[in-house]
Amino acid sequence: MLDLLRRGTRLVWGALSRFFSSRAVRKFFLTPTSATGFFLVLAFAVVAFLAPVLAPPRPGRNPYMIPRDSYLNEPQPPSKEHILGTTSGQYDIWYGMVWGTRTAFRIGIVVTFASALIGIVIGTLAAFYSRVFGEISMRIVDIFMTMPFLIAAMVMTTILGTGIDNVMVALIAFGWMTYARLARGDVMTVKDLDYVQAARAVGASDWRIITRHLLPNAIFPLFVMATMDIGSMVLAAAALSFLGLGAELGYADWGQMISFARNWMSGTVGSPLIFWYTIIFPGLTILLFGLGWNLMGDGVRDIFDPRMRGSK
Amino acid sequence: MLAYIVRRLLLLPVVLFGVTLIIFAMVQMVGPYKRLSLYVNDATLAHVRSSEELVRLVHKYGLDRPIYEQYAGWLNGVFHGQLGYSPTAHLMVQDALVKYLPTTAELALFSLIPLVFFAIRLGVFSAVRQNTIGDHLTRILAITGWSLPTFVAGLLLLLFFYKWFPAGRLSVWTIPIVNSPDWHTFTRMYTIDAVLNGNWRVFLDALRHMVLPIVTLSYISWALILRITRSSMLETLRQDYVTTARAKGLPERVVINRHARRNALIPVATVAGWTIAGLMGGVVITETIFNYPGLGRFAASAALQLDIAAVLGFALFNGLLLVTANLVVDVMYAFIDPRVRLE
Repeated sequence: MLDLLRRGTRLVWGALSRFFSSRAVRKFFLTPTSATGFFLVLAFAVVAFLAPVLAPPRPGRNPYMIPRDSYLNEPQPPSKEHILGTTSGQYDIWYGMVWGTRTAFRIGIVVTFASALIGIVIGTLAAFYSRVFGEISMRIVDIFMTMPFLIAAMVMTTILGTGIDNVMVALIAFGWMTYARLARGDVMTVKDLDYVQAARAVGASDWRIITRHLLPNAIFPLFVMATMDIGSMVLAAAALSFLGLGAELGYADWGQMISFARNWMSGTVGSPLIFWYTIIFPGLTILLFGLGWNLMGDGVRDIFDPRMRGSK
Repeated sequence: MLAYIVRRLLLLPVVLFGVTLIIFAMVQMVGPYKRLSLYVNDATLAHVRSSEELVRLVHKYGLDRPIYEQYAGWLNGVFHGQLGYSPTAHLMVQDALVKYLPTTAELALFSLIPLVFFAIRLGVFSAVRQNTIGDHLTRILAITGWSLPTFVAGLLLLLFFYKWFPAGRLSVWTIPIVNSPDWHTFTRMYTIDAVLNGNWRVFLDALRHMVLPIVTLSYISWALILRITRSSMLETLRQDYVTTARAKGLPERVVINRHARRNALIPVATVAGWTIAGLMGGVVITETIFNYPGLGRFAASAALQLDIAAVLGFALFNGLLLVTANLVVDVMYAFIDPRVRLE
């Protein structure tokens, strides 16, 4: 077990150090778009880390529940006390944005890693073992893909009930298929290459072939690429929250902050833009987060996926 | 060619059967009393007053029998177009779907127009003018469009344009016109009915309400279509036959429109299936934002009230639609691209 752990660490460490000294990574940071993306995501990570400093929670309360001054319905404009104003129901927008960053990272990381892991395991096994198992699992993938992602997740949250955890389960349940397909394709390509055949010829076990040959050459790059989907997973969760199927009421979550704004977009007679702050601040936050991941993802794809090269 | 189409057609029921299995498996997570709404074939559930009556209904519809019998019973209902009772709509689910479908179909049809006319054109433009300012602007537009979620974009549109393009489906003064006995209903799509009735005021009013939803709904897919058109066009422009066409001395416009663009659109057809899936998810969000009374808003409000029968009916309907759409795309693809036929 310890040996396995040490070997795993060395494997990851070797890949990482090769990764950071390579020409591709230098290119990543010298390209303005991908560098911008990286620093946007980094900025959000810092905000998430410093959340208790940037928006101190009231003592003794669950910090993820946004504090509210009163139960007044009408949003209040930015003031000294609430620097970005309050949204419908007097939830502080700044507080919701800052702690919502933590929620976003938690959803994004958990959902992406879990679905990538499930997908990669199924895809690898489908490629590696018998044709029958491979065919069956790919047909199951086809069937799961028949339902539009958002609608499938909607069905799932209707059945499970709302709440962040259920949203994550729903997104994982209908998010693993793409990874399974990619993993199967990548492993199929690699497993017929000479060095894998050679390993098999000298009598290496399946486990050894998977961990020593397929993992670093087919699966690790796919995993790195999967992390780039964190942005889109967060947007999907936000969409569910916007529909009222996501976070519980008052939970620090970007999608919910935007759903609060929904009823105020027509403004009042004579001043249609009066409640602009309820949508502009949360909207800008989500846009920058999504943009950061997408810009970074484009750069990473250029490095890792030769199929995408030249199609910029 | 024929074998290809037949194989695709044979796969259709298998996939749909799989979809019903997944949905049925998901539904097993709730208790038999909540599942009851899936089985009833009339509005009896709305009049249940006592728990004894519920127990009796559970027994009547076989929800206390083994799971495969329950599945068979449910599948039989689905096969006969009976999807259960929706308390949100006070209707049977299949009737509710039929009721809301024209409204959504109208929206979806109109939102294809900007996709075909702008997204593809912009993609071609961007590729032809590669690395010019116009190209860079288009690409920045595309990646921003890719990152800004629909619900934010829709609300922003509503914030700035509500005065001219209100939410809802018709204005207060139009509703009496379409409900009056002089009004002939043909399709229940108000723009088309208005044209057939020769009433331009209703037509303009219906259109006015649809402008923002159309923009929002098409926006979901246009970033994708733009990117794919651009990269496919770039590749096509490098092909030998394009060089040949240029060498013959054909004007650049002819080279691009006749020789390059037609071939570049083949890969765009492959994403048509995704576009349809995106549209269907987008309908739920768009209709919720603009309070547009179609299938999507019905499904979203049903989900909020835990109206399982309605949400499942909507999901099944979407599955059927998507499978059929993908089949059509595959078959069309074989017609467009001879390379597929040979496989």
